Amino acid sequence: MTMLGKLDSSAIPFDQPIPLVAALGVFLAGVAVLGWITVKGYWPYLWNEWISSVDHKRIGVMYIVLAMLMLLRGFIDAIMMRTQQVLAIHGPGYLPPEHYDQIFSAHGTIMIFFAAMPFMIGLMNFAVPLQLGIRDVAFPTLNSVSFWLTASGALLVNISLVIGEFARTGWLPYAPLSETTYSPGVGVDYYLWSIQISGVGTLLTGVNLVTTILKMRAPGMGYLRMPMFCWTSLASNLLIVAAFPILTATLAMLTLDRYLGFHFFTNEAGGNQMMFVNLIWAWGHPEVYILVLPAFGIFSEVFSTFSSKPLFGYRSMVAATMFICIVSFMVWLHHFFTMGAGADVNAAFGIATSVIAVGTGVKIYNWLFTMYGGRIRFDTPMLWALGFVTTFTVGGMTGVLLAVPPADFVLHNSLFLVAHFHNVIISGVLFGAFAGFTYWFPKAFGFRLHEGWGKAAFWVTLAGYMLVFVPLYIVGLLGMTRRLQHIDMDLWAPWLVVAVFGVLVMIAGAALQIMQLAVSIRHRDKLRDETGDPWDGRSLEWSTSSPPPVFNYARLPYVEDEEPYWRIKQRAREEKRPGAEEGYEPIEMPRNSPTGFVTAFFSTLIGFALIWHIWWLAIVGFIGAYATFVVFAWRDHGDYEIPAEEVARIDDDHKAAQSARLRRWERPA
Amino acid sequence: MSDHALPGDFSAGTQARDPYRLGQGGRHGVRSATGHGEGGPASKFVTVAYGFWIFLLSDIIIFSAFFAAYAVLAKATAGGPTGKDLFEPTRVAVQTGLLLTSSFTGGLATLATHRRSMAATQAWLLVTGLLGAAFLFLEVQEFAAMIGEQAGPSRSAFLSAFFALVGCHGTHVGLGLLWLGTMMAQLWVKGFRSDILRRLHCFGLFWHALDIIWVAIFTLVYLLGASP
Repeated sequence: MTMLGKLDSSAIPFDQPIPLVAALGVFLAGVAVLGWITVKGYWPYLWNEWISSVDHKRIGVMYIVLAMLMLLRGFIDAIMMRTQQVLAIHGPGYLPPEHYDQIFSAHGTIMIFFAAMPFMIGLMNFAVPLQLGIRDVAFPTLNSVSFWLTASGALLVNISLVIGEFARTGWLPYAPLSETTYSPGVGVDYYLWSIQISGVGTLLTGVNLVTTILKMRAPGMGYLRMPMFCWTSLASNLLIVAAFPILTATLAMLTLDRYLGFHFFTNEAGGNQMMFVNLIWAWGHPEVYILVLPAFGIFSEVFSTFSSKPLFGYRSMVAATMFICIVSFMVWLHHFFTMGAGADVNAAFGIATSVIAVGTGVKIYNWLFTMYGGRIRFDTPMLWALGFVTTFTVGGMTGVLLAVPPADFVLHNSLFLVAHFHNVIISGVLFGAFAGFTYWFPKAFGFRLHEGWGKAAFWVTLAGYMLVFVPLYIVGLLGMTRRLQHIDMDLWAPWLVVAVFGVLVMIAGAALQIMQLAVSIRHRDKLRDETGDPWDGRSLEWSTSSPPPVFNYARLPYVEDEEPYWRIKQRAREEKRPGAEEGYEPIEMPRNSPTGFVTAFFSTLIGFALIWHIWWLAIVGFIGAYATFVVFAWRDHGDYEIPAEEVARIDDDHKAAQSARLRRWERPA
Repeated sequence: MSDHALPGDFSAGTQARDPYRLGQGGRHGVRSATGHGEGGPASKFVTVAYGFWIFLLSDIIIFSAFFAAYAVLAKATAGGPTGKDLFEPTRVAVQTGLLLTSSFTGGLATLATHRRSMAATQAWLLVTGLLGAAFLFLEVQEFAAMIGEQAGPSRSAFLSAFFALVGCHGTHVGLGLLWLGTMMAQLWVKGFRSDILRRLHCFGLFWHALDIIWVAIFTLVYLLGASP
């Protein structure tokens, strides 16, 4: 068996029906999808238009598809946790401890790394170059590599469902629990390699988007003319560049401990477990803002667009964003006030934590004042934004409460904490993702999502979400700690039952979202967006067609203020013509490349081989990855040219639609 | 090429008619990277170098984490050997000399690319690589000797942090050598093409950054560790 390292048939959990049946279901669904693609002959289309595409819009969409699949996977884990706790009141429930521990670890890992991160990165990928008025990101092929590395990490986590096991340590593998002494299995190794591989992808995205935003804006777009979403994306990606290397280094240290007998975090030979907690949260707290800052940007766009007003306090919003960006690096210790750093240290970090809420408070008031006096339209993206601003404020307040060290000593590790961070992540990140999804969906696909199903999904999800987490706040105050596999306290039982009822409502919300997508695709001709501007938008992405051509803009726009498209529309109405006629020029675009996909293939091999100690396969993987890199570097033609006539032909339809709308506006009401 | 163009920016001759094509130039021949957006997207040379700088900064943060771990664990010798027992100042001085010289010869290679001299560029790149390989050889020898004396990374947390920090730098030098070899072959086959020149420029940034890291390792690990 040395050929396969530690891998043998005992790795497959034949004795555990739940993962086995789940894996079988996923496998059959996968085979069915692949079979359907093969029968329909979609492989060439998929390969040419998606898998090997380096177009930022396509990559953004693929990120979001991955995120949605993983969101469902993480949601299933959540359903299992909530139901287990209700079924395990004075009893064993249906999940044994070693399985339950894997489920809460997988839930957190998947939701943060493979649902929230890809969703936000997908939206940034799609919208930032369009908002900046440019043709693609700075490094399009690298962008594809980033996406496929993320997908590779997600694949490894899901392989752990059926081959071996996942970590039982929680979503952050605290040492020394995660050391080989206490976690001898492959679970932590699955965690380490999947996060390292996808982490490289995330880091490269950060480099790519920072460079794009700082160096590649449309002519005239000074810093203070960038849309708010670009500002928050800049802050988020700066945090990625500054924080993800800490995660990489920390996990590398744990890997060295586990694989080569180092003593960074062990109990023996001078290892320091508290260093792990410090290092992991030095990444972990900025990570919170990496997720929520882009969502803040989305809400800014949505509030302004659907209030038909410019964003209130644009400059203070920029200042608050950059303030949060910097201060997010100065609060990490609040994740472990109980570690015993002393009253002075705790007080300093408690104050810093309270202060960071001021930046967010500025934003909340700016959004409220944006709506004040506006002509508000309650379309689905606006509903998600309103749901956010109300519930997120509550979550933020409980955060400020937890920032007070003495209060934290009582509430630390309780379900109050769990309720707090779900309260901010769900309203902040998830609602932001859904708002961004419904807001930019027409831009990506040329038709809107069905409003009725979308609104139903919003209200049901909001109700379910409150029903789950308000009870969790209460049981937290009643002393219930997190991650309990069974419960012996009758006091908590009724609240846990309410929470499970809330989960059922949230399942209905998820089903409504899926229905919304299905119904909208079915009726796409009725929901078609001809003008490219379905929401009466203000920033540049709405000035091009829906979906945009591969080159985004036939001519790069010239930007004169903060709301360039609003200005273009105003001018068109005044001058009664869509815009000055100019000629077209040929456009050069990057060629498609399978580099990303092939790199991720070899990365998956490397990751799997290292998890199972199959050393020869890891070497093969490294050689393959290097060869891929050299083949890519050796190419002679990275770009292709789209002739001016072709650009003109593509742009004609869009111009016709714009002129038709102008005539509609001119018609007396 | 005018005297005012950025050094190494040789894409001017290849500029097509589209002034805004991805990563190329700005409005009406304004080719500078404005950083304020008025000139439109920066040139490909600026974009690539800038992006690589951002990557290097993130790499330096990886090193900072290892430096921080070393600072925390430097006294955690668990009854085993200390830096004073293990470090050989002479070897480290020679290593430093080799690496700094290789940075200098790397700079000479860059100057040779400006002259478009294939022979000189290749020769200086080769010297750079050989000096880097000699540095790496001395480091591997040092590691092997320490492991032979029962002072490997599993002996104590101090040695774990030492091997990880210095080994991380050594791994970077090793990967740099692989990159350098690949670049030399590419330069030989493709000549002084603009994309090759951009990559050589990035390699230069990478190699000099490793020098900066080494100076910190030399000071904080070896000098402080060998002093009483």
